[in-house]
Amino acid sequence: MVGDAISHAVLPGIAIAYWLSQSRASLWMFLGAAIVGVGATIVIEVLRKKLRVQSDASIGMTFTSLFALGVVLITYWSDSVDLDQECVLYGEIAYVPFNLWLVDGVSYGPIALWSSGVLLLVVLLYIIIGYKGLKMTSFNEDYAAVLGIAAGLWNLSLMSMVSLATVVSFESVGAILVVALLVAPAATAYLFIQRLKPLLFASASIGLVGALGGYGLSKVLETSIAGSIATVLGALFLIALIIHSLLARKTSKYAVEA
Amino acid sequence: MDPIFLKVLIGTTLLASSAAVVGAFSYLKGQSLVGDAIAHALLPGVVLAFLLGDGRNPIFLIVGALISGLIAHYGIGYIQSRTKLKSDTAVSLVLSTFFGFGIMLMSLIQRSGQGQQAGLERYLLGKAAAITMDDVYVFSALAVLLMVGVGLFYKGFQLMTFNEDFAAAIGLPVTFIRFTFTVLTVLAITIGIQTVGVVLMAALLITPSAAARAWTKSLPTMLLLAAVFAASSAITGTYISSAIPKMPTGPWVVLVLAFFGFGSLIFAPEKGWLAKRRRALANQKKTVRENVLKLMYQQEERNGVSVVLSTENMLSIRVMQPEKLRNSLRDLKRRLLVVEHGNGYALTELGRSEGRRVVRLHRLWELYLTERLGMAADHIHPGAETMEHVITPEIEELLVKELGNPELDPHQSPIPYEEA
Repeated sequence: MVGDAISHAVLPGIAIAYWLSQSRASLWMFLGAAIVGVGATIVIEVLRKKLRVQSDASIGMTFTSLFALGVVLITYWSDSVDLDQECVLYGEIAYVPFNLWLVDGVSYGPIALWSSGVLLLVVLLYIIIGYKGLKMTSFNEDYAAVLGIAAGLWNLSLMSMVSLATVVSFESVGAILVVALLVAPAATAYLFIQRLKPLLFASASIGLVGALGGYGLSKVLETSIAGSIATVLGALFLIALIIHSLLARKTSKYAVEA
Repeated sequence: MDPIFLKVLIGTTLLASSAAVVGAFSYLKGQSLVGDAIAHALLPGVVLAFLLGDGRNPIFLIVGALISGLIAHYGIGYIQSRTKLKSDTAVSLVLSTFFGFGIMLMSLIQRSGQGQQAGLERYLLGKAAAITMDDVYVFSALAVLLMVGVGLFYKGFQLMTFNEDFAAAIGLPVTFIRFTFTVLTVLAITIGIQTVGVVLMAALLITPSAAARAWTKSLPTMLLLAAVFAASSAITGTYISSAIPKMPTGPWVVLVLAFFGFGSLIFAPEKGWLAKRRRALANQKKTVRENVLKLMYQQEERNGVSVVLSTENMLSIRVMQPEKLRNSLRDLKRRLLVVEHGNGYALTELGRSEGRRVVRLHRLWELYLTERLGMAADHIHPGAETMEHVITPEIEELLVKELGNPELDPHQSPIPYEEA
């Protein structure tokens, strides 16, 4: 849920970065988003730990306030900032091919393809390098701290990674649907797999199936690509959930008979 | 007054205050974000209602939203109770996939070019400025319904929020109460979303409660305060957005709410951040003062006579920050607990009695730890260092009685009583 919150909270950062740099270059937007994203994480933690606000509420309060601020800023600068709420809510991947990376008139293909490719590499590297630290921190923060792993640092870096993935993806799929991409594959896989490494591979595969399936669906029905991908991911989870429930019923029946 | 402005004002105020009241219960249950998920999950229901029936009819869309929201709510509950997924994973999963499905359906409409999507757009971004007189009637009716619902089910909601098992044990129909609450929540979200949009709806539910909670512990007061915060934010936000050209109403309402929310959390008496800090600081100062008095008393005890100690002497006996010590001594002088003698300080009669009290509590506690809890004599000092600042006269009396008016502590030092 923090990922969802951050994907909304970064809006003012993006707006300010855009306004300052007057460009839609992903690097600036990422910097703005990363600063606000990390700031939002800190505010959420302070509200929760120091001020004893319910953890759900501290997330909700923070991201809505920042999102509202972002919308107001965008409206205020609407003459110079070419962003709108709709783009943030459900970005349009269909326009991606038209947004080309041009150097001296030579096209190197769509910008989003490059930025997503770089993102994939960065995330892969991060997971390979940080595998142990991430694993320890995710499962048992206290134990990780005892082993001398800087849990706080890993949490922060993981959050920055989430911000990065969010910002790079959001032009294509929008701030809300990026959450489907973040959560659904892992949740689906986790119904059946509890070991970390197989879980990582399974969620990557489910994500891939969802993306391809969603794209196919959108071609057939001529619907929004991002929406279709989220729908397919949701459907995959639903199927998995039904199978999971049936299996659970079966085992519990055997347990009673035994 | 401008009639459009007035309509927007009445509409947003009704919405914000009724959402705040419903949100307060979710806040206390620690399920604030379920409301956020429902707000997103309404979309497919709304779009299907639009596709199947008359898109212009707001009632029809509201029914669609209601059904969709209920499915989402129970879906989240099912995932939370039947799988090992974390509860916030369930929330964000339902939120994003329902919303994606809604977007997909919406692009179907866009393609078929049915044009009149105004009714749909407002479910995404909220269009407070486009509130019509019909809307005001619908909103008022729903706001009244919500208030009456909360009024009728007040006891049930209260018990459901604080102790569901107890509610079930005394024979309340918990499932029915929970269902009613869910319907009311979904209704509040359905109408609220049309003013502030899908993302900011969560703020209307959460922020007034977070603000109100900082001021009070009582549920009725909290509900009232939340409604007042929400209503005043709605009024102020509407006013600001109408005063500045092109400004959207929803985000301004939420920004004003945020101002109230964060303001309350920082400045509220007792539970606010500043009050807590002030208390912590006062406590810290009291601890330093008592430590200084204890130190001076122990020196007198050792030498058998009244002594004058300079700050350097004190620092050589006990590790303290020099700055804090000097401040504390100034404070002690003002309270007539010490007097200045040349370049040092001596205890007054009042200060001596206070220092004696701290030393007595320290030694009593050490004795209690060894006698009653069987701790080793070399392990008890740190605990007593803390407890000597905490023990009240009532507890002291009980300790003395429990230990039978002891004369010596575990280190064979006398326990100094006040001379009668």
